[in-house]
Amino acid sequence: MSEQPPKRSRPEPVQVVKQRRDAALRGLVDGVPYIQFLGIQFDRRGDELTAVLPFDEKLIGNPILPAIHGGVTAAFLEVTAIIELSWSLMWEDMERNPQDPAAARAFRMPKTIDFTVDYLRSGLPRDAYARARVNRSGRRYASVHVEAWQDNRSRLFAQATGHFLMPLPDDPIDEPAT
Amino acid sequence: MQASDKVARQFMEALPHSRALGMVLEKMEDGVAVVSMPYDERFIGDPVTRVIHGGAVSALMDTASGASVMCHPAGSVSTATLDLRIDYMRPATPGQRITARAECYHVTRTVAFVRVTTTDDDASRPVAAATGAFTLERPKGAKA
Repeated sequence: MSEQPPKRSRPEPVQVVKQRRDAALRGLVDGVPYIQFLGIQFDRRGDELTAVLPFDEKLIGNPILPAIHGGVTAAFLEVTAIIELSWSLMWEDMERNPQDPAAARAFRMPKTIDFTVDYLRSGLPRDAYARARVNRSGRRYASVHVEAWQDNRSRLFAQATGHFLMPLPDDPIDEPAT
Repeated sequence: MQASDKVARQFMEALPHSRALGMVLEKMEDGVAVVSMPYDERFIGDPVTRVIHGGAVSALMDTASGASVMCHPAGSVSTATLDLRIDYMRPATPGQRITARAECYHVTRTVAFVRVTTTDDDASRPVAAATGAFTLERPKGAKA
């Protein structure tokens, strides 16, 4: 992630770099209908992503409290983990080869193998945030940890760990069910 | 169906998120709940394969699990997920409805344990399975 771009006589203008990175991120996120359905957005600072889930009535699971649906929490964490993992791979690619936007288009999503969610407190009817950390990213398997909070960064309302299968370029589009 | 089941069923159908995902409660009896969800392009997680997102499958299994706790004979008046561990065995076939069957197989005074399996049209090969721990809130004044 800390790889330096090749030495140049003059660095690229900051706007060019930002536009390229933002376009790559949009390409990754906007193509996934379920992310749009939940209304999840991604805030980027350099290579760091923060997922934002703006509160909406349709996210409620318990109307009496009210609280965010446990399934929404799980989905929000899983979306954050997958995008972070995809983004970290795409980032390396982009830094190495900034002039080839085709790399972003040919990108294939990692597949979730398992996902374990730890519900720490109920999700309140407010915006939620999440950040993921790729703990291990191998050629075939990856392990990602993700944390979500609402008002206070230090008071998590949920956290999760997931394992993911990295798609290889020669994998069939529809992995045969075994 | 017992009166408490009826209350639980109405509660389930009143969950805004479950309604937003088009979930249908197929069965809710004696600690077993079956909830299904239609294939919908809005739930796609991988635009290349058009397979629905794992998060949508998780939401279905969480809902079915919560419902199984609510209809367990322990008579829980409310529940919340403490922990859910999900295994994804294969992609759900695009275009097919998926169905989650949850069983609340053990309860303590305050905790309910649940197993849940999700299948599509080919019920012999599960799409996903999960185990979870849920809070169990007994009615006030009830004995353990």
